[in-house]
Amino acid sequence: MKFLLVEDNHDLANAIASRMRLDGHVIDHAGNLEDAAAFVATGEYDLILLDIMLPDGDGRTFLEQHRASDLDTPVIILTARSQVSDRIGSLDLGADDYVTKPFDHAELEARCRAVLRRKSGNAKTTIQVGGILFDPVAGHLTVAGETVTLRNRELRLLELFLNAPGKIFSKNKLADRLFSYDEDVSENAIEVYIGRLRKHLSPSNLRITTLRGLGYRLDHDE
Amino acid sequence: MRYLVALGLIFLCHAGWAQEWEDRQVFNDTGATTSLRIISSTDTDLFAPLIEAFVARHPDVAIEYLVTGTADIDRRFRAAPEAFDIAISSAMDLQLKLTNDGYALALENVSHPAWAEWRQSLFAFTSEPAAIVINRAAFEGLPIPRSRQELIEALRARPDVFRGRVGTYDVRQSGLGYLFATQDARASETFWRLMEVMGGLDVRLYCCSGEMIDDLTEGKIAVAYNVLGSYADARVESQSILEIVLPSDFPTTMMRTAFVSGASGEPEAAERFIQFLIAFQSNRADGTQTLPPLQERDNGADRASIALEPALITFLDTLKRNKFISEWENALIQN
Amino acid sequence: MNSVVVSGSLRNRLVLTLIGGAAVLALILFVVVRNYAVLVAQQGQDRILIASATSMLDSATIRDGAVELDLPYSAFSMLSTAADDRVFYAILQDGTLLSGYEELTFSDAQAFQFDRIRGSDVRKISASRILIGANLRTEIQIVLAQTQDALSETLDQISRNAALLGVGFFALAVGLSFWATSATIGQLGKLTTSVTRRGPQDLSPFTKPVPREMAPLVKSLNSLMGRLDQSLRQSEDFIAEAAHRVRTPLATVRSYAEATLQRVDKEENREAMRSMVKAIDESSRAAGQLLDHAMITFRADHLERDEIDIVDLARDLVQRMTPIAEMRDLSLLLLGDPRVQYSCDPVLIQNAVRNLIDNAMKYGPAESAIEITVTGEPVPRITVCDHGPGFPIHEIETLTARFQRGANAANTIGSGLGLTIARDVAIAHGGRIDLTNQPEGGACVTLSL
Repeated sequence: MKFLLVEDNHDLANAIASRMRLDGHVIDHAGNLEDAAAFVATGEYDLILLDIMLPDGDGRTFLEQHRASDLDTPVIILTARSQVSDRIGSLDLGADDYVTKPFDHAELEARCRAVLRRKSGNAKTTIQVGGILFDPVAGHLTVAGETVTLRNRELRLLELFLNAPGKIFSKNKLADRLFSYDEDVSENAIEVYIGRLRKHLSPSNLRITTLRGLGYRLDHDE
Repeated sequence: MRYLVALGLIFLCHAGWAQEWEDRQVFNDTGATTSLRIISSTDTDLFAPLIEAFVARHPDVAIEYLVTGTADIDRRFRAAPEAFDIAISSAMDLQLKLTNDGYALALENVSHPAWAEWRQSLFAFTSEPAAIVINRAAFEGLPIPRSRQELIEALRARPDVFRGRVGTYDVRQSGLGYLFATQDARASETFWRLMEVMGGLDVRLYCCSGEMIDDLTEGKIAVAYNVLGSYADARVESQSILEIVLPSDFPTTMMRTAFVSGASGEPEAAERFIQFLIAFQSNRADGTQTLPPLQERDNGADRASIALEPALITFLDTLKRNKFISEWENALIQN
Repeated sequence: MNSVVVSGSLRNRLVLTLIGGAAVLALILFVVVRNYAVLVAQQGQDRILIASATSMLDSATIRDGAVELDLPYSAFSMLSTAADDRVFYAILQDGTLLSGYEELTFSDAQAFQFDRIRGSDVRKISASRILIGANLRTEIQIVLAQTQDALSETLDQISRNAALLGVGFFALAVGLSFWATSATIGQLGKLTTSVTRRGPQDLSPFTKPVPREMAPLVKSLNSLMGRLDQSLRQSEDFIAEAAHRVRTPLATVRSYAEATLQRVDKEENREAMRSMVKAIDESSRAAGQLLDHAMITFRADHLERDEIDIVDLARDLVQRMTPIAEMRDLSLLLLGDPRVQYSCDPVLIQNAVRNLIDNAMKYGPAESAIEITVTGEPVPRITVCDHGPGFPIHEIETLTARFQRGANAANTIGSGLGLTIARDVAIAHGGRIDLTNQPEGGACVTLSL
């Protein structure tokens, strides 16, 4: 996926960008509205993440112009404001969703996915590997001709493994990615999700290997 | 000099009958709790029906009715206003002066026309014209004189018949006579000519109406001038003999008046009496009155009636009175 | 808002001033008219007394060396009055009484005097004339007095008329002052009405024409509203700016922390990172709810009601919150009536319901459902139920109190303001909030409007 991030705070922008690249996305970063307009004019983006308070103007003005020029690239607003009225105003101007700073990356990810799912329609972005067909936006997994809809955590777990095949993930790392920081997660919970995913993948060439004391790894059988 | 003589005469006259009353009568003297003393110039028999009607209505009131001459009323009343509860007199001028001088009590609960009362204190209750009364026998076959002028002519025409046989009030003794004379003199010069003519005929002078009518009836005199017609009318036996003429040139009408003494001990009963008196006299349908009723005046311009006004005290002024009496004597007493 | 401290009434003050002024004027009118009438009436009586005395003097002559005075009848006749006034006179020759009332005396100090004779107050005049005879020169003096009954009757009548005039004038003035006052105060009333009718957000200046005297008031009102508007805008901007300034670095830190968490393997470092993220989440959430609560408290005073479909509102909210629910493998179910029309402040209702769903998501176990039920009868009602542990029974009453959190919520981030916000919104709409536990487990919060 190719995202445009419009955010004047470079530290935050870098943090967001590095985090999203970790998930395998391509990020362009614009520090102001002028740059953002230039990026939009030259490149095609799947999604725009737009900050509201920018040095050369209000993000909502950009959004208005963006919608006026008949571009339907989905836009998620990043706002430091929490007033309800402000949120509604943003949605009325054509934003697809908004995220309040500071945000959980998992939430941002979920919102992006939801927006893309709504917007993309037929245009499918699928991953084909080891005998599976995986649509991360819709959450569909097709193995041996059978399509199942993954639950969110199963989906994210699969995505994690697919983005770094062969990499070992400790239980703690997986928990941090699957659960909110305010949730109490038992090690057992991870095992439950691993078990479910193994079951879904069993007819394919993909296999989740348990490495005792280290964690889990996705292996591709030839 | 003459002035002194006249004064003396008045005092003599008064002294003669001041000590006693012409008449004195007590009504309802049994069982009454209140007693009214009325001093009056009206003969008792003329007033008795009214008093009897009053005591019949108010049995708690006894009335002592005292009769004397008008000038005497004035004198006695001024001397002792507390001795009398009500003063009734035909001498309007004296009554008005008593009221003016503060002897009368204002009565709030008496309703009377303005021309018939003065200061809500002095109330008129009869209208009585001064009349020429003639003994018909003296004018047998001759026209009866209808005015003062005709009377003058009649007297001049037959002086021998009338010498010593004409009468009028002695204004020095009679308050009413003085009132009539002064009002006549004020109205017309004819009065003085009449007086001169009568003086030339050796006029007989009377203190009171009663005597004058007695003498007329008996034929001692043939003509009496300025007599109260009501007195003559009241004499049933004299009605066929006497002719009462109201002078057609100008009638002089007197109103009998009454007031309650300011020093009265029984003001409430006295007021009731005045109320009754007025009601009794204005009730014409009733045939019991012996006194003529108060005649309503169509308008205030009736010069014939003597008005209840302060001008009445003019002739009571000492200087004025002296002057008038001396003129009267000059005209009437031609010795 | 607070009640205004009232000190007196403008209307009463105006009416009282006008009526007081009218009363004084009416009194002055009465006194002036009456005094003038007294003067004129007294002059009339004096002239008649003088005329009468003069006519008496004219009748005085000297004859044969003696004074004769033939009182004319008209002299007393002209003194007749409707009230039958008493008359007293004295005729004196060189100071010696000739006739009349001897108690009537006259000192030469004044031409007209008042006296009391025989119990009555009288007006008294004196006139004299020198008579010259052959060998006699003498002065005749007439003193004439008359009571004043007719005069006082006339004066009484004039006084009555003057009083009537005064009272009439006063009544008219009172009527006029009420009319004038209500017309004047009416302008204030109109202004008050147009201020009251305004919506809570309307801080635009008044442009309707007002009387000149009220222009300064309206001007300062407009200027006050201008400043208020500006200050509101400034504080809004300030809050937004402050939030931005605080939240953006927080977001940066959080993002770095998360990214670091991905790379660090040592468990104690990871734990530190987690705590950091938790702390950031808690503080930002608390700040957000505090701002929301402040806004709700402000808006609750001036409800901006709109006729909306609550089901629509709930649907939007569910859609918007679904991604977060999905992250926890929770599903949001919208149940109940297809359409519930209600006049309310949608911003507040949305905020309240969002807080309820937030709470439900915190307590609902994974792969369970949260049911949001909207019903219209008998009153519009929104119920949010989860399948979590439910409320501790002994704390249901106190739970809605501000900052109070459930005893079993120790591990769940939240300032505890969620229920408070929902309750305040319900109360602002004249409704209430009810907390119940489902028999089969799970908590339910019902917002009745």
